[in-house]
Amino acid sequence: MDADTAAASSAAPPSATTRSPAIRTLGLHKSYGDKVVLDGIDLSIPEGTIFALLGPNGAGKTTTVQILTTLIPATAGQAQVAGHDLTRSPGAVRSAIGVTGQFAALDNLLTARENLLLMADLHHLPRREGRQRAAALLDRFDLTEAAAKPVATFSGGMRRKLDLAMTLVGNPRIIFLDEPTTGLDPRSRRTMWEIIRGLVADDGVTIFLTTQYLDEADQLADRIAVLDHGKLVAEGTAEELKRRIPGGHIRLRFADPDGLESAAALFGSAAPDREALTLQIPGDGSIPTLRAVLDVLDSASIEAEALTVHTPDLDDVFLTLTDRSRRSDRTAQQAHPRTAPHSHDSLNSRTEKAR
Amino acid sequence: MSTPSYALRDSMTMLRRNLKHAQRYPSMTVSLVAMPILMLLLFVYVFGGALGHGIGMPGGANDHGAYVDYVAPGIILMTVTSGAISTAVSVSMDMTEGIVNRFRTMAIARSSVLTGHVVGSVVQTLISVALVTGVALAVGFRPHGTPLQWAAALGLLTLLAFALTWLAAAMGLAAKTVESASNAPMPLTFLPFLGSAVVPPESMPTGLRWFAEYQPFTPINETLRGLLMDTPVGSSATAAVAWCAGLALVGYVWALTNFRRTAKR
Repeated sequence: MDADTAAASSAAPPSATTRSPAIRTLGLHKSYGDKVVLDGIDLSIPEGTIFALLGPNGAGKTTTVQILTTLIPATAGQAQVAGHDLTRSPGAVRSAIGVTGQFAALDNLLTARENLLLMADLHHLPRREGRQRAAALLDRFDLTEAAAKPVATFSGGMRRKLDLAMTLVGNPRIIFLDEPTTGLDPRSRRTMWEIIRGLVADDGVTIFLTTQYLDEADQLADRIAVLDHGKLVAEGTAEELKRRIPGGHIRLRFADPDGLESAAALFGSAAPDREALTLQIPGDGSIPTLRAVLDVLDSASIEAEALTVHTPDLDDVFLTLTDRSRRSDRTAQQAHPRTAPHSHDSLNSRTEKAR
Repeated sequence: MSTPSYALRDSMTMLRRNLKHAQRYPSMTVSLVAMPILMLLLFVYVFGGALGHGIGMPGGANDHGAYVDYVAPGIILMTVTSGAISTAVSVSMDMTEGIVNRFRTMAIARSSVLTGHVVGSVVQTLISVALVTGVALAVGFRPHGTPLQWAAALGLLTLLAFALTWLAAAMGLAAKTVESASNAPMPLTFLPFLGSAVVPPESMPTGLRWFAEYQPFTPINETLRGLLMDTPVGSSATAAVAWCAGLALVGYVWALTNFRRTAKR
């Protein structure tokens, strides 16, 4: 195992300027018959980062994970994971990755410890080392007390934790998490988030996660890509994505109606609220924009009492982006009302915010 | 990386997993042993007198002992066929669990998942065979085979168990639901009745007799009976081994093809 990981990391050519990315895809395409599920996905995910693939149900998130984890072949396009080509050396890819799927991949008839030992055996660890690693993981995930109980009796949160622990037995360099917190209660979600952050901070692994929860992507990911109908409709950091979206505004509050009216006259596109004595000026919250607004006020000698910047949250980003691509994609959508088999969960990101 | 030694080691790991399953979830195993035992008691005590008389066994209507010697090898054979149901069900159940997808994303010998199931099922089936044989001896089955013939009979049963288990594993993989997986091998469990398990084919109507004479379980049954009762086996031994090997090959290839194909959509 150790030899394998060493081989995996040395196979990526070491370069002082650009390290080869942990995951790279080019024009990844998947279709079943004439039903297109993924339509040209390009990704480049640096080592040691968390990448979130965000999208509604049926966008193709799980399909992307299944392709990148060697479960299903892509119809077209290229992909390298840990520097290995998916189609040419799937074995090398498999020995570098760990996968925690959408549905807990546990053996229900075994106990938690036996599940971990099963993984240790399948990673060909010596018996002693396997036992030690199982014990350490049970401890790390707070499962020691439940170690001897059959997994069938576990709660959803415990199952997800054990699932992740099983993924970690082989010390993977790249971890795929397909909707790791779907269906978990807020406390279990928090715990899962902390564990995920810890993996990157302590072990330096790369994480590819899919989620339909915007706050999850916001909380965890270094970079986010929004997937809709098999296409990437946006990519960037959470902040970059928020800035790309109209709907951000600067709000000025004035001490009296006169100030409000004269300011409203200066900013043509602004919407004055005469009850609250506020003025909403469309625009992002970047420094140049703010400076421009303040300069205009200064030159007209108008004094604002307060200024607040409203960036749209990821919910706005998500709904705007997916809605936009839906509109431009209407004909395709009518032909294929569902692009992927998972459509049973509702999009409940707004109500399930864990705050 | 997937060297032969890893394939063996992974298969052993999977075998341990499946034997643990059987231990934790014994109801399937128990019901599959209970069925042939009940069948044996039924055929010996309820139908035995009339059937034994009807097929001209010595001893007449009240002598169950003679008929038990005829029917016991057939029931032992049915123990093997009913073992196939448990394989199909456990393979199918396993495929619906996420853990098989986890196995697929790991650097392990892929066939080991199935090999573990098959070897585990064969072990269970042979334990069932031992139990059923024990009950048969208790109700008056008196085989006259030599140790060598017993060993040959065990070999034949093991070969048959492998063949049917691979076939059942393929059926379990092909089935869309666990329920249909448990139904798929049913015809296998019924076939011995349409052979020489319960009554000689000569006593059947022409069409059925023709079928009985050419279907695989008749030569297998005749070989088994011949070995255990020390009667002439003749050409059925070759036919029996050929059928078993053929079925095993078909089952193996079919199962592996299905396993490669059934990536979760």
